[in-house]
Amino acid sequence: MRLLRLLLVITLALVAGPALALIETYEFSKPELEARYQQLSEELRCPKCQNQNIADSNAPIAQDLRRLLHQQLEQGASDAEIRNYMVARYGEFVRYRPRFGGATAILWLAPVLLLIAGIAVLLLTLRSRSTRTTVSGAAGLSAQEQERLRSLLERAEQDA
Amino acid sequence: MIPEIGHFALIIALCLALILALVPSWGAWRGNSVAMALAPSLAIGLLVFIGISFSCLSWAFLQDDFSVKLVASHSNSLLPPIYKFAAVWGNHEGSLMLWVLILALWTAAVALFSSQLPLLVLSRVLSVMGLIAVGFLSFTLLTSNPFARLLPGAPVDGSDLNPLLQDPGLIIHPPLLYMGYVGFSVAFAFAIAALLGGRLDASWARWSRPWTNIAWAFLSLGIMLGSWWAYYELGWGGWWFWDPVENASFMPWLAGTALIHSLAATEKRGLFKSWTVLLAIFAFSLSLLGTFLVRSGVLTSVHAFATDPERGLFILVFLAVVVGGSLTLYAFRAPAVSSRVSFTWVSRESLLLCNNVVFLVATLTVLFGTLFPLIVDALGLGKVSVGPPYFNAVFVPLMALLVPFMGLGPVSRWKQDAVTRWRSELAIPAIAAVVCGFTLPLLHAPYNIWVAMAVLLSSWLVLGLARDLWQRRGRLTPGYCGMLLAHLGFATCIIGVVATSQYSVEHDLKMRPGESKVLAGYEFRFVDVAQIRGPNFVADEAYFEVMRDGVLVASMSPQKRRYLASGSVMTEAAINAGLLRDLYVAMGEPVGSDGAWAMRLHYKPLVRWMWLGAILMAVGAFTAVLDKRYRRQRDAVHSSSEALLHGA
Amino acid sequence: MGPRLKLFLPLILFALLAITLFRGLGLDPSEMPSALIDRPLPPFSLPALGQAVALTEADMVGQPALLNVWATWCVSCRVEHPYLKQLAEQGIPIFGINYKDDDAAAQHWLDELGNPYRFNIADREGTLGLDLGVYGAPETYLLDAEGVVRYRHVGVVDEKVWRTILEPLYQQLKTRSDAP
Repeated sequence: MRLLRLLLVITLALVAGPALALIETYEFSKPELEARYQQLSEELRCPKCQNQNIADSNAPIAQDLRRLLHQQLEQGASDAEIRNYMVARYGEFVRYRPRFGGATAILWLAPVLLLIAGIAVLLLTLRSRSTRTTVSGAAGLSAQEQERLRSLLERAEQDA
Repeated sequence: MIPEIGHFALIIALCLALILALVPSWGAWRGNSVAMALAPSLAIGLLVFIGISFSCLSWAFLQDDFSVKLVASHSNSLLPPIYKFAAVWGNHEGSLMLWVLILALWTAAVALFSSQLPLLVLSRVLSVMGLIAVGFLSFTLLTSNPFARLLPGAPVDGSDLNPLLQDPGLIIHPPLLYMGYVGFSVAFAFAIAALLGGRLDASWARWSRPWTNIAWAFLSLGIMLGSWWAYYELGWGGWWFWDPVENASFMPWLAGTALIHSLAATEKRGLFKSWTVLLAIFAFSLSLLGTFLVRSGVLTSVHAFATDPERGLFILVFLAVVVGGSLTLYAFRAPAVSSRVSFTWVSRESLLLCNNVVFLVATLTVLFGTLFPLIVDALGLGKVSVGPPYFNAVFVPLMALLVPFMGLGPVSRWKQDAVTRWRSELAIPAIAAVVCGFTLPLLHAPYNIWVAMAVLLSSWLVLGLARDLWQRRGRLTPGYCGMLLAHLGFATCIIGVVATSQYSVEHDLKMRPGESKVLAGYEFRFVDVAQIRGPNFVADEAYFEVMRDGVLVASMSPQKRRYLASGSVMTEAAINAGLLRDLYVAMGEPVGSDGAWAMRLHYKPLVRWMWLGAILMAVGAFTAVLDKRYRRQRDAVHSSSEALLHGA
Repeated sequence: MGPRLKLFLPLILFALLAITLFRGLGLDPSEMPSALIDRPLPPFSLPALGQAVALTEADMVGQPALLNVWATWCVSCRVEHPYLKQLAEQGIPIFGINYKDDDAAAQHWLDELGNPYRFNIADREGTLGLDLGVYGAPETYLLDAEGVVRYRHVGVVDEKVWRTILEPLYQQLKTRSDAP
């Protein structure tokens, strides 16, 4: 049992270690295809690796998927068709660009919602801070004090 | 013997840390000045013993003591001595040792350079840092002892350091990165001390600012080096992958950036006090969270250490104590440090708030995106991946939103400014920026609208600063110069990032010796290939000559190495670096039988600019620390202006 | 929200985060369920290993069964092999997919080490493997009597995996298919 586990550890370590990109020399019939190949291979996740896209991984499965990607591009498949083809076989996991919908809708909406919340807080803060100016701010000082304050602040600012 | 001394020194360090965490804070609570006065000596003692322990571990590595398990599994007698030393932190246990060593350095530095601090504050600050040291020292000793022995049966030789790590990058990247994110513990400790004492004034901010700046500068350098290392070592020509481990260091940087700006307002105007405290807690909490993510195995990453859920649980409990404890303290004590200072819509304060909103949203977005796969999995909704396409899609617009305000910030006045003044000061820079934005990209064909946008935004920053600088002639302080450099660095970074992403050309192809390929106007000629031998590897080395317009511009020699100890094969890309462009050749495998090789050629314009930008930001932060007001104990101008403001 | 309550917001968010992280410690991020779960096997027609007949997905219908992806180049498959033989001796139907392999080497392996498989599909190019979403060998699929994929195990099937994961599911499928 122990030997078995050891063997497993060794084999997994061999495939899962930081592997280096194998350089392949696919020929493309059109230069646009090469650009799309680069983009898609960076957007698809290697199902076996530790968080690597198929472009950067050396794992056998990544090589197979790159070959497949090349074939499909040459056969004229669209980006969406290729993505769907991969998802049908390896699950949503292979998409580094999660689709919009269901649980992932919140992922795409989160930054927008956060920004709206942030702006709302910003505006509320600005409103409350600026109204207080006239009540308890520098307005409460005499003209002489205000003059002195301004000169002090200016000197302080020169320091900064 | 030496490893046992190291182990013992580490245990003593834990005892000292415990005393540091308990005694001075007890003293601060009971008003016992003897107990409080112990804090600085304890902090120095902590550094001494952790230093001894760390030296013992380094000694074991340098002397090839393979009876120490860590040395046996991460070093090898053939390794060059400098890498034997760096191998100390090229693994989980040793990197924790580096973590605690740097924590002790920061703690001792606070003890040494804060003699002007009231004893009450100093003892609280050092106690909080002692508490953090207790957590990490017990984590090291209980779950990750670096001195564990392999006796009997010590191997004759070690199994070698991962070849990816045998690089100058390993020598400098981790220490700088840790200096950065452990450094945020100082700002954190100051924040907790302020909450405990219920007092937070301009002098508090003036004490925290230099520490925060230095930590942030180190973190910027650390992240930049990591990116540069990935770029040349991995052979993909990529420089940022939005991997969970990269994000783990980027989130504290984003929060730290917000903190630096909010501290400015707190110091100058006594504003946003409780908010600044929260950001200080937030920045360090993200550092701790990063440690958890990297070492617990909850997320998959290319860079993660050998992970272990038990270690994960330990850090999680520690995280809960430190972060949960400080946020509870915050919830109860924040009203004691809140401020009531007013400013108007058109003022430097409101622009600093914009900065804070953008950076906070960016931090939370990166946090959410990084953890999202985990959240979905924990809820049983399946497996998803969140990668570069997502992060780029949300991060780029956020930064673009930031820059227009960023150009206004440095030229605006505190408290109240006028739109008319902005208009008169900045009309020319704004027009000039639009002109630059649309004309400068003409220098590089094909014309790219995104690069035009980036140039426009960056020129807006730079020209605005230039105008302000011109108006200020002769009235330059280190604080102002620091800001200037950091903002200039940010502008440089924007151009570098956008230009590289948009203009880069890469091509993988089969080449025989004697063949050439033209890429972006450069002719790469593959001359020949030879076998060479290094200290602990053998390699095939190709020789390339690169011509432009018939003139030789570079000779490049990429290698394909095989390391003797582990047998692993590595690509050493050849890079011809330049301020305007990098040329990059990586060597693949032989193809076919006619002597052809698979080669990867890259043309990467302005890629250096983003690292240059990061260096400028770091230099800026260091420069700002030189400001003489951080050395003066009581500044007459400040204290009297504060007295006036508070009295009002 | 009251002004005091607002101050507890960071603490509450952190608590949620800590709970998620704690849950995360118990999960395995590298474990991946097959995208084909509860879907029928993809249609295919491939030669049988060592025989001049073509096999299709219909040949595996009729009873719950294991479908094992293996190859002679796969080190862990050699580790797994003796246990598969034990299972076959207990009467569990096992079909094989010889994945991206050389027919002669595979035949030699079976002659030498024994043959637990009812039959082997020779997937020389890995096309079936691709349609199944195989990303390495060994992988073992649990099929129900209609040929629908019910579970996938990645890695070696041993005593522990069989007892704790596969057998309970297998028995469940078996009683269901025997019942009507």
